[in-house]
Amino acid sequence: MTVNLVGLALLMAAVTYPFRALPLFAPTTDRLPAVVQRYLRLVGPAILAALAAGNTAFAEDAAGRNSFHLGIEWIAVGLAVLLIAWRGNVLLGVLAAAVLVALGRALTGA
Amino acid sequence: MIEHGASSAAGSSNEDIGSARRDLVLASVGFAASGLGFGLVYGLAAREAGFSLIEATSMSVFVLAGAAQFAAVGLIADGAGWPSIVLLTALLNARHLLYSAAMAPWLGGRARLERAAMAHVLTDETFALSLAHFQRLGRADVLGYWLAAGIDCLSWPIATAVGVLGGQLIPDPAQFGLDVVFPAAIGGLAVKLATGRPEVAAAVAGAALAMVGGIVVGPAISIVVGGLLAPMIGLLIEGKGEPSR
Repeated sequence: MTVNLVGLALLMAAVTYPFRALPLFAPTTDRLPAVVQRYLRLVGPAILAALAAGNTAFAEDAAGRNSFHLGIEWIAVGLAVLLIAWRGNVLLGVLAAAVLVALGRALTGA
Repeated sequence: MIEHGASSAAGSSNEDIGSARRDLVLASVGFAASGLGFGLVYGLAAREAGFSLIEATSMSVFVLAGAAQFAAVGLIADGAGWPSIVLLTALLNARHLLYSAAMAPWLGGRARLERAAMAHVLTDETFALSLAHFQRLGRADVLGYWLAAGIDCLSWPIATAVGVLGGQLIPDPAQFGLDVVFPAAIGGLAVKLATGRPEVAAAVAGAALAMVGGIVVGPAISIVVGGLLAPMIGLLIEGKGEPSR
């Protein structure tokens, strides 16, 4: 069994870990200016919404390139967001989204 | 404002914490189901690209980042060199800097060794689940963090190993709509965090920037750009109307 690519995995981890760790090791954040603290509080909703939009709006085409995509996934994610906002239940939202997409694809043969 | 250095949930009632942790675990299960499906596919793709069981699984243990791993498998299959793969990994994973910065006020008071371990498992899923959980409680809950990280980060390498060994027997997870679980859950958690006008503005701006930027520069960069710039729009809204908290 080959292990050559374990080295690549370690290099990939070595460039990923600092992004995940450095701010956690910064001097205590309560010394940061108030505006920076407010900015950090807004990072959560901003980047999660960006991730959700990016992962809904773009899909890999046949050539493996990410391209803009309109489909039932938009409705499914919208439904999940509404359900989660209404009921506060993430699992319910994602189940509804997955079922909708699975049914839609089964019916359309996509 | 975030309660800095709060490192346990001792101040909340047991019922609140128990209920919040139950919801956290249920939400983690949704992510884990998606992670299992795509971990299997990743394992199969890695095997087809020539990865051994140890190589594919070690990548899932050490890197813990699906998009970067799928990209690496594709590039290895195309014969790309390691430097280009490492560079792309850094680009794809740069968004974790924002996660870490946003979590620092909650977890900054923990022991250094614990923070070092927490950083390794600070994935998209861990961040989304933990931040929503902390905000619900109004303070950090370290056990909640480890629950979220454990459920999601264990499912990925386990599914990878199964995918390498027998992934060809498993149907495409997209057939079951599992590909929509990640954006659906992340979007829902973003909404749960949007508790005031500045947060709503930041979320809407983040989504808009990710979509517009995705068309112009590609989704990987646009997500980081959305995460960086959209909070500024939230700050502008906050400055115009809402008193700072």
